[in-house]
Amino acid sequence: MRWKERALVWLDHRTGLETAVRNFLYEQIPASSSWHQVFGSVALFLFLVQAFTGALLAFNYAPTPGDAYNSLRYIMAEVTGGRLMRGLHHWGASMMIVVVVLHMTQVFLYGAYKKPREATWIAGVFLLLLTLAYGLTGYLLPWDNRAYWGTVVTTRIAAQAPLIGPYLARLLGSQGDVGVVTFARFYGLHVLLLPPATALLIVLHVYLVRKHGVAPAPGDEARLPKKFFPEQAFRDTVAIFIAFVILFVMAVVVRVPLEELADPTDTSYIPRPEWYFLFLFQTLKLFTGPLEMVGAVVLPTLAILTLVLVPFIDRGRMRKVTKRTFAAGVLCLAAIGWTGLTAAAVVTTPKPAVAEQIDFSQPTDWLQLSPVEMAGIGYFRQENCASCHTVGDGKPKIGPDLARITIHKSAAWMIQHFKRPSAMVPGSAMPPIALSGAQLNTLAAFLLKLNPRNAEALASAPEFAVGGALIYQKNQCGSCHMVNSVGMKVGPPLNGLKRRRTEDWVERHFQDPQALSPGSFMPAYKFTPTEMQKIVAYLFVLPE
Amino acid sequence: MQQVAEAAPQTTRRRFYLTFIYGLWGAISAALAAPAFIYLFLPPKMRRESDWVEAGDVSKLQLKNPVEMVFRKNAVDGWKVSSEQQTAWVVKLSDQQIVAFGPQCTHLGCAYHWEERSSEFLCPCHSSVFSVDGKVVSGPAPRPLDRYDTKIENGKLLLGALRESRSLKS
Repeated sequence: MRWKERALVWLDHRTGLETAVRNFLYEQIPASSSWHQVFGSVALFLFLVQAFTGALLAFNYAPTPGDAYNSLRYIMAEVTGGRLMRGLHHWGASMMIVVVVLHMTQVFLYGAYKKPREATWIAGVFLLLLTLAYGLTGYLLPWDNRAYWGTVVTTRIAAQAPLIGPYLARLLGSQGDVGVVTFARFYGLHVLLLPPATALLIVLHVYLVRKHGVAPAPGDEARLPKKFFPEQAFRDTVAIFIAFVILFVMAVVVRVPLEELADPTDTSYIPRPEWYFLFLFQTLKLFTGPLEMVGAVVLPTLAILTLVLVPFIDRGRMRKVTKRTFAAGVLCLAAIGWTGLTAAAVVTTPKPAVAEQIDFSQPTDWLQLSPVEMAGIGYFRQENCASCHTVGDGKPKIGPDLARITIHKSAAWMIQHFKRPSAMVPGSAMPPIALSGAQLNTLAAFLLKLNPRNAEALASAPEFAVGGALIYQKNQCGSCHMVNSVGMKVGPPLNGLKRRRTEDWVERHFQDPQALSPGSFMPAYKFTPTEMQKIVAYLFVLPE
Repeated sequence: MQQVAEAAPQTTRRRFYLTFIYGLWGAISAALAAPAFIYLFLPPKMRRESDWVEAGDVSKLQLKNPVEMVFRKNAVDGWKVSSEQQTAWVVKLSDQQIVAFGPQCTHLGCAYHWEERSSEFLCPCHSSVFSVDGKVVSGPAPRPLDRYDTKIENGKLLLGALRESRSLKS
């Protein structure tokens, strides 16, 4: 024997490892086994990815409110690869739900839960519930507005449950408000209790699958069984690979939301659950008044009970999947119901408040800029200054780095230079900028504010805010109002406007100020719809 | 011959499966391991700290007579930015040169102090001794005392980043 084989034999004698792997890989499976049976493996794989990425996220995460948010911002904005890691965990959760449901759909369609596989099915239903529990508890952990308000609603629902409601509320630490106690409980559940529970149930589930064997289709008894390895193992691998590629691409391409820090006093926030809970959320809306409990507690409980009892309700002999029209019908109805409820929930969701469009995982220093400086960003982009100039770090370009050079120049110098570049810098190849004096002033104000430290933060100022600031400057709002401590005090300061007024009020106020605030001497403004949207959006993201 | 001809499609098929199984799992492992490695081992993007902090008045410093100065500095620790109290031993080495040493011994990080009698810095942990200009006189310390970047404006000492001193052995 070669040394490799000898080593394997030695290891197997001591641990039985090789025999175990061999038994596992060369398990007999029915001749009909094929691509439709890959989903269980994919779900298991996704669970492992969640455990892996979750543990890595925990290495840079502080599990207390406030700190949680800051540490997540740190993960996303500063830790190398942090954005990808959170992307994998976030989208992995959604994908896990999708795959688990696909897995159950397949088992249901094929009637694979029938005698003697009832226990396997029930363990599976509990695994589904655990998966949802991860979604529910994980939702709070970023501690942004979305997390906070979503959890306020869920814990209130739990507290409504008959008999056990108060106990549930106490268990979740949410008798008063969602706060540090609830946060600790959710975190504890999410990382300490749920994972071992899931692992145990998976072991039981897989053990039962092995004990009873993969469910055969009618006709299999006449055909020779196959081995799991390598053909079915190949199919599982391909399915897992496809799932992984989708997950990876989503994690890289799709932005994972991180909103403003949770604010219990924010009255404008519209809480919505994660997409896979939207149907429950919508069901709740169908029942009002004393019937509310039906939608919140009774129906979901009945649904879970029905799922558990499926193998005992459908006790007929195993039939071909194409003959199981009733099961297919039930499934179609469920799919239509789910889609309808989810679609209704999406359609009835009001347009999100403007603040949600800001990605708080990026630097947000631009929020502190005055409207003049902000409008300067607009002209800076409009004139394509960045095609010749670097700002902060980056490849050297023809013109000097504006984040470093402007510190030494005055605004007056810059404005002269904008009008006739070569007059101030002999030999300069820069073309003159065709803007009015006031506009050049604005541009200079922005450049004076620029330094290597804030360059990146200012570059991330979103287009709608810059556009709004341009309109603000053009209409000289600053001669009566104040934003970020710059401007006049004739009218009310505009920071904190979103606390005082609705967007609709502000829009109507622009059109006819005196109708809403009698005695005001603010002139009416005729904005186009886009202009109106931009200026209102800008005013509503201003910090307090 | 016949047997071989029958076995051939079976073996190619098996080889095809095996290649894919190993290849795809290799790709998945790499795509998970590489980001994990980057995440754990590459340093995070640095937030630049506030550049210069005022430590105190240096116009009354006496030559070669170290003074411990206490100042507040924004310290960035992971996701936490906190205003921390820090200290520096400030020495006027000549009329032109003022240096500020970091307050920790370069051996194992204990706080050292100035011994008036012997005119040396002494670390109480393992008896490292440094001269007034920070050089190692004796003891286990591997390199001279670390120094802050310094500049003086209007008689006030401004401190920048704390630089690790280069080992003398290298």
